[in-house]
Amino acid sequence: MRISRRVISWWVAGAVLLLVVAVSQCAPSAPQSTRRAGVSDKAIAAEKTYVAPGDLDEYYMFSSGGHSGQIYVYGLPSMRHLSTIPVFTPYPATGYGFDDDTKAMLGGLTWGDAHHPALSETKGDYDGRWLFINEMNGRVARIDLRDFKTKQIFGPVANVSGNHGSSFVTPNTEYTMMATRFSIPIPKGTYAPIDKYASEYKGVLVGIKVDPANGNMSLGWEVLMPPFDFDLGDSGKLVSDGWMFWSSYNTERATGKLEVTASQKDRDYIAAVNWREAEKAAAAGMGDMIGGVKVLDPRKVPGLVYLIPCGKSPHGVDVSPDGKYIIGSGKLAGITTAFNFEKIQTAIRNKDFTGDEDGIPVLKYESVKDAEVPVGLGPLHTQFGPNGMAYTSLFVDSAIASWKIGEWTVIDKAPMSTAIGHLSAAEGDTVSPDGKYLVGLNKLSAGRHLSVGPSQPESSQLLDITEEKMKLLYDAFTEPEPHYAQIIKADKVHPIEVYPKEENKHPLAVWDVAQAGVTRTGNKVLVKVVAVRSTFTPTSVEVNEGDIVTIAITNIEQTTDMLHGFGLLDYNINLVVDPGETKVVTFTAKKGVFPYYCTNFCSALHQEMQGYLLVKPR
Amino acid sequence: MKPFFERSARFLHAPVSQGPRVLLILAAILIVVAHFLPLWNLTMFAPQYPDGLRLDIYDRALVGGHGGQDLKEINALNHYIGMHDLAAEDFTEFKWMPFVLGGLALLFLRAAVLGTIKELLDAAVVFFYFGAFSLWSFAYKLYVYGHDLLPTAAVKVEGFMPPMFGYRQIANFEVYSYPRAATYVMSGVALLLVAALGLAWRQRSQSSS
Repeated sequence: MRISRRVISWWVAGAVLLLVVAVSQCAPSAPQSTRRAGVSDKAIAAEKTYVAPGDLDEYYMFSSGGHSGQIYVYGLPSMRHLSTIPVFTPYPATGYGFDDDTKAMLGGLTWGDAHHPALSETKGDYDGRWLFINEMNGRVARIDLRDFKTKQIFGPVANVSGNHGSSFVTPNTEYTMMATRFSIPIPKGTYAPIDKYASEYKGVLVGIKVDPANGNMSLGWEVLMPPFDFDLGDSGKLVSDGWMFWSSYNTERATGKLEVTASQKDRDYIAAVNWREAEKAAAAGMGDMIGGVKVLDPRKVPGLVYLIPCGKSPHGVDVSPDGKYIIGSGKLAGITTAFNFEKIQTAIRNKDFTGDEDGIPVLKYESVKDAEVPVGLGPLHTQFGPNGMAYTSLFVDSAIASWKIGEWTVIDKAPMSTAIGHLSAAEGDTVSPDGKYLVGLNKLSAGRHLSVGPSQPESSQLLDITEEKMKLLYDAFTEPEPHYAQIIKADKVHPIEVYPKEENKHPLAVWDVAQAGVTRTGNKVLVKVVAVRSTFTPTSVEVNEGDIVTIAITNIEQTTDMLHGFGLLDYNINLVVDPGETKVVTFTAKKGVFPYYCTNFCSALHQEMQGYLLVKPR
Repeated sequence: MKPFFERSARFLHAPVSQGPRVLLILAAILIVVAHFLPLWNLTMFAPQYPDGLRLDIYDRALVGGHGGQDLKEINALNHYIGMHDLAAEDFTEFKWMPFVLGGLALLFLRAAVLGTIKELLDAAVVFFYFGAFSLWSFAYKLYVYGHDLLPTAAVKVEGFMPPMFGYRQIANFEVYSYPRAATYVMSGVALLLVAALGLAWRQRSQSSS
């Protein structure tokens, strides 16, 4: 019995020991990656991002506002949000979309899905003149960086459907581009059943001509393409100048559940368009009339378009600063491919084709690629630094991989939180990238901020890329949705702060309170208003019910930041008039008495800046 | 040969003492306890899931973490690589495992009441067979789910074996797989059975010497 007891106690001891060892083996409560995704040295990160009160940032970042239809302006390295430029969406804060001019420019649409801002370039470098941005309803807008205002919304352009692959500019801003993402039967308004998708639905690639003097946009040329989903683009530069590259997915020409049906081929295409040829063909009057515009058919214009096979479902296609390499990232592949522009030209000369798509030659992948860089999972988009550095965002890995052109090996990986989409480096898509800063534009912000409920912000993370090891410096939480951004050295942008009086040529401008007042022509009433601290002149306006009233307000201030708002209650009217600016709004008078007042704080007697619209009944 | 069989038959029909019987009753109780506890746990972290996705495996169900949401999330993710949904109805185990556990508890009680070495040995053999089969079946399930991927999947990956014990990096996921309480309880049952057999063996050696 004694032995048995000892045996039992041994067993019990052994069992307990085994259980203790086993129970201590279990899943950790946090992943290894969170331990990596922080700032390595808070003091250094703080010093590098701290811009003391009164000091200025070094760079502007223009970040796309996605379906908010806006552009958000940030200062780097502080990541402070400096201002919002309304583009495709009314914005009461600046009165955008409420006055007659901007309302007409919006064209009845009150939203736009803004994706890819593009700064104007001269010789492949940012010149600080204009900023272009596309949106999905077939439009491109131009913002003048002299006053940070949207000056033109071009489109909707005929035949373009779902303008995602836009607004990339050519090295001397000859063109800003457009491309179809959701092919439709064209011209718009044509019906074809969905099972005819592969043959009767068409995509188009479009060059929008930019007037070098004033940035005015007009239609340059359109190219008819198979119904691929054209995604992103970049123009050739230096040696590859004259070419435009667009990535495309769903080259399966599939319909239905695209996440499966459009993911079957191992390679999709990058479309390489010789835009100088397109320009010549358009100038020669070639093309077939579709939707009221001439559309070039690649079958009839040989040498216009070639297709380059690229890793499965590519997103980004980015041309290296020297123009020699076209970097294509297949988002469902684990590699990024570097295509050699010289080899592409050789393959075209030697007709090194593997087939064609609707008559468009397909180049042989092996003949045009230089390297496959094993960057990681879900590569999306590449930006560049000096000395051949390249940075590729990885959606699935939620990281940025840095690598070197020519060496084709990954140097460093920086984890992002979380789900990075695009990325933007300081002047990182020009012929001379600055390096220094890189911003990861994340789709999700994943609990790295005070909770704000289910409608979560996105995040933009600032990285220091001065050294080989990328260092996370700062998390900023950005409004939806930073699809892409442009970062430009601040000294390249020279904004004015007031509109000079002598430049105001508005026919309805009045600069003297003596000239302000009401004039009537039949039932049309014109009211010229002077706004100056702290009175609207006239202080009251009397009209009749049913009159068509036009109010033109001139802010005659010439002092920085002396803005006046003009809010007219019960009319859904709110203008904000900058110093030296004239804005006009037209409406039909309804009977009653309606106060108007200054909505944008101006001065000590801002509260007194008010008046009445008195409408007599008929 | 004959003397050996005679001897072993005599041994098998020998009654066991109180010690092994108590251990058997304890084992029966532990088996019932195991039914209410998770057998295994899979935890997956990815940059997109810093909180982790957790999956507890019971003898009768798969239970996702975050109130069941994690199981839906895992299935939503797995469809990208063409993995079949983890669905309770595909696991016949959830039907027969509780039944077998109940049967085992009854076998232990039977051995404790009838109290011969034979019943004790039968119960132990069935238990160890069941334990080994369950582990093999679990490993096989993991293998099949990791390899039987739809050819039409958006993301094509090589077939893979999820970890059964320990950690493995699978694509962007850190996957951890470890036994949980019920498996430890079952290990306890195994120890109790070995102890009961050991005691019975000792008791025989003592009585024959």
